[in-house]
Order: sequence, then structure tokens, then C-alpha cells
Amino acid sequence: MSEFVYHGEVRNEPDSETCSDSEWTDYVFNRSGIPAVKKEWWCHTPSNIWFIAERDTAKDHVLRTYLYGEGS
Amino acid sequence: MSRLAHIPGEWIDRTQEISFTFEGQQHKGFAGDSISAALWARGLRTLGRSFKYHRRRGVLSLANHDVNTLVQAGDRPNVRADIEEIAAGGSYTAVNTHGGVAKDRASLIGFFSRFLPVGFYYKVANSRWLFPFWEALIRNMSGLGVIHFDRPVVKTAKRYAFCDVLVIGGGPSGLAAALSAAEAGASVMLAEENPRLGGSGFYQLGNDPARRAVVKSLVDRVTSHANIEVRLGSYAAAYYADYWVPLVDGNKMIKVRARSVIVAAGAYEQPAVFRNNDLPGVMMGSAAQRLVYRYAVQPAKTMVVLTANDDGYRVALDMIAAGVNLAAIVDLRAQDTDANLLQSLRSQGVECLLSCCVYEAHAGQEGTLSGVTCCPLNADGEPILAQQRFLSCDGLAMSVGWAPALNLLYQAGTSMSFQDSTQQFIPERLPQGVFAAGRVNGLYALDKKIEDGQYAGRQAAAFLSLSAELGHAPAAERFSPSHPWPIISHPSGKNFIDFDEDLQLKDFETAVLEGFDNIELLKRFSTNGMGPSQGKHSNMNALRILARLMGKSPQQVGTTTARPFFHPVPMSILAGRGFSPDRRTPLHARHEALGAVWMAAGVWQRPEYYAKPGKTRTECIAAEVAAVRSGLGLIDVGTLGKLEVRGPDAGEFLERVYTMRYAKLNVGATRYAIMCDESGVVIDDGVVARLTPELFYFTTTTSGAATVYRELSRLNTIWKLNVGLVNVTGARSAVNIAGARCREVLSKLCDLDFSIEGFPYLAVREGLVAGIPARLMRVGFVGEWSYEIHVPAEYGARLWDAIMETEPSIVPFGVEAQRLLRLEKGHVIVGQDTDGLTNPFDIGADWAVKFDKPYFVGKRSLKMITEKPARQRLIGFKLQSGFTGAAPQECHLIIEAGEIIGRITSIGFSAAVGAHIGLAFVPPTHTEPGQILSIRRSDGSVVQAEVVTRPFYDPKDLRQKEESSEAAA
Repeated sequence: MSEFVYHGEVRNEPDSETCSDSEWTDYVFNRSGIPAVKKEWWCHTPSNIWFIAERDTAKDHVLRTYLYGEGS
Repeated sequence: MSRLAHIPGEWIDRTQEISFTFEGQQHKGFAGDSISAALWARGLRTLGRSFKYHRRRGVLSLANHDVNTLVQAGDRPNVRADIEEIAAGGSYTAVNTHGGVAKDRASLIGFFSRFLPVGFYYKVANSRWLFPFWEALIRNMSGLGVIHFDRPVVKTAKRYAFCDVLVIGGGPSGLAAALSAAEAGASVMLAEENPRLGGSGFYQLGNDPARRAVVKSLVDRVTSHANIEVRLGSYAAAYYADYWVPLVDGNKMIKVRARSVIVAAGAYEQPAVFRNNDLPGVMMGSAAQRLVYRYAVQPAKTMVVLTANDDGYRVALDMIAAGVNLAAIVDLRAQDTDANLLQSLRSQGVECLLSCCVYEAHAGQEGTLSGVTCCPLNADGEPILAQQRFLSCDGLAMSVGWAPALNLLYQAGTSMSFQDSTQQFIPERLPQGVFAAGRVNGLYALDKKIEDGQYAGRQAAAFLSLSAELGHAPAAERFSPSHPWPIISHPSGKNFIDFDEDLQLKDFETAVLEGFDNIELLKRFSTNGMGPSQGKHSNMNALRILARLMGKSPQQVGTTTARPFFHPVPMSILAGRGFSPDRRTPLHARHEALGAVWMAAGVWQRPEYYAKPGKTRTECIAAEVAAVRSGLGLIDVGTLGKLEVRGPDAGEFLERVYTMRYAKLNVGATRYAIMCDESGVVIDDGVVARLTPELFYFTTTTSGAATVYRELSRLNTIWKLNVGLVNVTGARSAVNIAGARCREVLSKLCDLDFSIEGFPYLAVREGLVAGIPARLMRVGFVGEWSYEIHVPAEYGARLWDAIMETEPSIVPFGVEAQRLLRLEKGHVIVGQDTDGLTNPFDIGADWAVKFDKPYFVGKRSLKMITEKPARQRLIGFKLQSGFTGAAPQECHLIIEAGEIIGRITSIGFSAAVGAHIGLAFVPPTHTEPGQILSIRRSDGSVVQAEVVTRPFYDPKDLRQKEESSEAAA
């Protein structure tokens, strides 16, 4: 059951030097729980490989997976 | 006595007579009897008392859902008498009585029922000054059974199993599904909650041996099929993602990972609602059939069958075959009856009253069923009271409808729709690889159930690419097996919807009037479906009532959410042996030989302390502390997370993940390290050592190793710095040798220069210790001159032995001693002295936060935190030197003017200080040394403590300086 670890949606960190306080706190504390096809961080723990999974969170279907920076 | 002559397929073994007691009375039954069945055979009718009004209750479903007949079986509370097999010498008592099931004093509550309105719990909780009174009363009344704390602990097992197709339910459709999937080549597991296969196929017979023969042949083919593994007595407790189903049997859980799941779970027969529908003697039609065909017990002498489907007519035929005198069939419907069944009964002289209802049931002197009042129904479905008739009977079989067991299908994410033609919800869109068969699909005729099972089996096989041929699903039922409104109101009430919670029709009307008109709100306000059977007999009728009151369709009302578990799973099954293996350091056997008392530290087993004969735990720990302070100690620190980062960007990488600077750290030097998350909360700490310009070796907390390594890997996936990160936690063993004379010992084992210039405080060196390649770090965690020695794991034991042999007086110390030693130095332990909201400023680590770096994780959040007033600070405190009595403990609260202002994070008795010392979070207004804190202990009493400066021991770090150490040595 612990072969894969989930790390939440892929989100772009705002430039911490230039963004406003509210932009930063929004990034740190808020997450979208709306069901949709989302890009998520997953880790295959035995090999310690992080990858991106596109998952339909309403149906719990993984549509495709690829390494960070690939896909798109 | 109502035991019948031999019935084909009966579950009892008449060659084995078994004696047991119920409520102190001796009884006899046969092996295979359930407690309820054996008692029913003896003529007992009152088997339990209802939860709220303590009304008499007997057999209702006999299908593992009779929650009014729970019994205490020796040291096991709340055993379900309707399915639990009698055991020789077994001693059973009804759980919810005051003075025995026959003369329960609490049944007087029934007379006060109008003072127990619906939403009772909500209403009493609204009155703050009356609540303590109600609370005491409720606590006295509620809770069933007795827990025996001296019961031996049984570590139940768990195991994994795998199959292509898991079929849930061993009735006709499940059997057919298993066969057709297996014949296509799938490996099939078939789970059946009962001790035998066949399900309703072996008791819904209508006295027709041909029906039994069909199912018998299915069972024979299933049990002899090489591809089918049958698991009897196992219920599927839940459905989790990716075809993952826990099967629970009497003593273990099997975690089944299938590639496809077929749910053929059948349906729960539903009660009709009329006044006194709970009297002992009133039961489901299927319960009467189970009594006959499983246990060969005659349900009653004279029976009335209340029905609204063909199943009820088959019940009547079965009862006649069992020698029951059938008073009448009362059919809620005016038409749609199977002409053959009707004819067959009428030809046997049975009176069949169509378009007629049972208006109320009557109790005789014994408090059990003595007869029913029947009324014809008018065109609006209302009883015509003027034409009422009394029928004398001691049994009433209800067969007015079914609720499909859709629980697992809901959990799998199936969307359901209400099918008007069968008056039930059926799957509309199933998740991929999940299939339904039989009554859950609204199919009730035996041939249709089998056909649907075969279809589901083929669908599963096709899903697994084992076959291509699908065929067709059987056509839907023509006539509804469930009546849309099997509910008759009565001015005097006691027409029960929910038998678990004694909820009556009027309770629902009141709840809706009070505004709880949504199915989820209605459930929580009324507690409908919240008893042990979880609404298996009440949710459908509750839904119908709400729909009618709101003028909505059942589809619009919808159902409450079905969550795991489908059926109560004993805590002992859940808490049994876990699947997470313990980790042991390479020195485990050494600790064992030294008498280590083990404790869990994250996933690791660590010595808490070493037991010494004739000494208490406290004495052992105190001796270990004293040894380190005045002599020499040795501790296994191999559980620390140990990582290496290598490459041209290694320094830059560490600067980004820790709050301090490392890019310019000298080769051969170490530095403390604090890691924060994005919100600026401290999540880990350790020591970073630079071994070469491009190689850093660093440690994490024991519990943080895996997550820190994983998160750092993720961060560099984004950053793409030119570094390699390796987790060497398991590859390296480590010990800490601490005490003023540690250099003496090491000098004998290692030719490194241990002079204060050659190996200063916080330096790291590589060399051979006892011939083993080692990394040595001079650290100060426990407050004495000390070295951490890290070696390859396979040499860990050799290093330990070499040190112990060189200096036999060295004292191994455990985690508890180390905790106290570091507390005396005021060092924090991340996770003990910090929590999920603690930032570095809270623990006085302002000095470790370097805002002059361009970036590190948490920097922006910490910057924002500095602009706000501080919330809390970690301070040191001590109790009065002469304090006696129970010392406060970790997490005890600091109180001022009746309000909580802080809490203790660490506390212990320090011999070096001569007092109890500790760390605590307090508001910034309470950090001045000399201020007094009031600590509230568990019993409510208050202890005073004084704020003092940290560290408590050796505040000037003299123990790390040569003169002092030499002097001490």
C-alpha cells in the first residue's frame, strides 16, 4: 500500500521575492479540492522516482504519467 | 419444542447435541444451531430487549442483522445471536436488560416514550445547565455488553491474497458469476459470509425441490472447479480503490487485491411498518424460511403471511410444508400476483386476502404475538377500519420488499438510479472492472439471477481480455418485488421503522416538521440507520417516508453515503498484527544481550534503557545519565537519517533546503541544520558535515529520514541542481561515545589527532577506528565531550565490540538517558519540543535563520512571521528543589487566570541540577527568568514552576573545553 506516495497537485511557486503577501499565503495554504483532471506529484518509493500523474480526481483514474518537465 | 424432522441441506448435525445456558437457564441444541435458532426451537420467543424502550424482541432477519438480540458470550460482548453458532458449555446473556430479558425493569421506559422525542440527543445538548443531568442518565442507559479487560490478548493475523475476479456473495447469481468467469480462465475467489454456499437459493424454495436442485448443482460445480477458491464465513467489509477488498472472517482479515470485482451481495428483506411490528413472532419471510431450511425449526404454530410479492407466496408454501397452520395470506397488492402461486395456495385451502393490510399486531399475556388485525385497503391505500378482522396467530412473516445490498458498489463509486419498476436503486454506471449481478441489479427470479451472474462473469472475463463473448443481460422483472409504501400509520404509534434505535413513523414526521428534511440531516437528527445494523432494515423505509412528506421521488431524495465498513469489524481484527516491519540497527543483538528494554522510535526499535537486575526503570536511567556525566557512555545512534549530497552544486543545494549557510562551510567542519517547510514550520534538524568540497554528509532525525530524503529528491527534480543525493541510512551504523575520557579510549583505537587544535569542537574527520573506515564528528548533543562515529553498517557490531573491549567500564545508555542529557543542555527534539505550528523563532533558533541568502524553503513565510507579534516561545523551567509528589508530565498545561497559556514539551528530574527541569511553550510575556508558571496536572491540582535560562547544565560549554574536561577527568 505504500509503494506510491502522493504529494498533491503540481503548483507553481510564485517568485517569493516579488509576490505579495496574499499571493504567497494563497500558495502556501490554499488547495483546490474541486474534482477535475489534475496534474499531481507521485513518488514510486522503492526507486525514489518522482513523476507527474494526470488523474481524474472524480473517478480516481490515472490518465497518464510522465517525468517532471516532460509531458505537457 | 418446534424442531422439525430432517430437512434436506439443514445446517445442524443431529448427532451432536450441545448444552449451553441462556440467561442462566440450561438449554440444548445441535451443532450448527445459531443461538437464536436453538432458543426458538426450545419455544423461547423473547430473545432480547430493544435499545431505547426495552421492548421484547425475537427473530427478525436471522441474517446477521438482528441487533436487538445481541448477547454477551462469556468475555465477548455484543455477539450476534442470530448467526453465532452455539458452543458446548457456552454461556449467553442478553446485553440490554435490567434484571434479565424476561422481566426487564427498564421496559417501563416505554411508558415514558413521549419524553424521549426524536432528536433527543440534540435537544438535551442544547440545555447547558440540564446537560449534566441528562449526560449521567444517558451514560447509564447506553452502551451494550461488558468488556473484560483481563481477556487474553489475541494477536489476530492479516494476510494478502490476489485473484483475477473476486465474487462477493455465494448465492445463485454469485455462484453463476464465479463459474462463468472461471470457465473463461480467470482465477476466481468467491467470498460468502455464511458458513455454506447457496444463499437464498437454498431457502426461497416455495416447497419446490427443483429449485433446490438447480442451486445444488451450481454449488457442486463451484466447489469442484480448480479455478475457484471459496472463502466461507468471510464478509467483504469494504471496497477500496483499485479492486482492494478486505475479507473478514472469525479470526483474521485477508486483504484481497483483485483485478476485477463482481458484487452479487443480494438484498436485505425489509419490514412492513404497522403498529407493534416488533413483537416477538413477527419476522421477515426469509427469516422464517431460514429457520426451516437451515435449522429445521418451525417458526410458529399458526402464521399469517403479509406480502406484496411472489416471495411471500413461496414463504407460505414453505410454511405449510413445515407443518405450520397458515391462517391467511394478506397481500398489499390488488393484482400482479403470480397466478400459479395463487392457485396453488387457494387449492390448499389458504385464504388469500388481496388489497389488504395488517393494521396492527397484538401481544398476548406472554408479551409475544397473539394475533393481527387486518383491514382491506381503499383506492388511496388507506386501511378501511370498519371492515377490520382479527386473525389469531403466533407468527407473522413479512415479505413486502427488499433493499439491495449496494453498500460496496456505492463505495466503489457506482452511480445509482431509482428503478420504478422494481422500487429499488440499481447501478446505472459502474466503475471499470466492477460488476453487479442478481438482486443488486433488480433481478429476483431464480433463472434471471443465474443468467445475470453468468453475464457478470463473462463481463469480468472480457474486461480481463480472457474472452470476447458477452451475450446479453436478462430482461428486467415485470412485477416489482418491493411495495412502494409498506407503511400503515396508527394513532397509537409503536410502528417501528428502525429497530436498532426504536424509531417510529411519527418520529420521522416530527423531524421533517422541525426542518430536518434532507436525508443526511434526517439520519443524524433522528439517528435512523445509525445503530449497529446501519440502516439495513430502515434506510429504505426512511427514504420513502421523506420522499412522500416532501412530495419528491426516491431518486430526488437520494441515499445517505455508504462508507466502510459494511458490517462492524471487531477492533481485535483491525488492531491485530500490523504489516509494517520493525527496523533494527546492526547493533540489535548487542543491545539484546545487554538487557535492552525496547521502544519504538519511528519505524525503528531502539533501547529505551538497559535493565539491570533489582533496579527500577528510573534507577537504571539515572545510572546511565550519571555514567555519561561522570564517566563514559556509549549509545547507538544508527537510527539517525544519514544522507550524502555530492556534486558541484552540493553547497547551494543545502543552502536552499536548510535555514543556515553551507556553501562556505570549511572542509572538515560540521554545522547544525534546521529544515522548514514552505510555511516556515520546523520539520527536521540534523548536522551537516563537509567531507570534500563537493561531498557533504548530513543527518536527519530518526523518524524524518525517509520523508526528508524523498522531499529533497522532489525539490531537486524541480531545481535540477548538479548534485546526486543518496540515502545511506541503512548502509551506515553510528554510535556516540560521550564523556570526558572518550578521547583516551579513541586514541587507543585510532591514530587521528585528537588534540583540541587537530580535532576541534564541531569538526569532522575521516580515519580508521579499530581498523574500520569511519567518519568521526565532534558533537555536543548530550553536553559532554563526545564523538559520533559513523561506519559501514556491516562493521557496526565490530566497532561496538572494539570500544567495549578497550574500555570495559563504559556504560551503554539508551534513548531515555539521552533525552534527559540533552534536556539538561536545553537542546530541542524536533517533533517533541516542536509541533506542526512551531517556527524557528519559537524555539529560540533565530540565529539559525539566515535571511541574507537569496532563497531557502520557508524563507518568505518566516519573513512574514518576523513582521507579526510572536505567538509563543519555548522556555526552560524548573520546579522547586525539594519538590516531592507526582511531577507534571509532557503536555500538561500552563494555566493563568483560568485560561490555557502554554504547555510542557519535555520534563525530567535532573540530578545535575537537583530539580525537575523542563521545556515549555509560553506566551512571549512569560519568558523572563524568575517568572512563575502554574502547571495543571492530570488530577487538576496545580504545581508552580520558575522560568530559568537554558541550558540548565554547563551553560558556558566548559565541558567542551580542554581545561575543564581534563579537570573533570
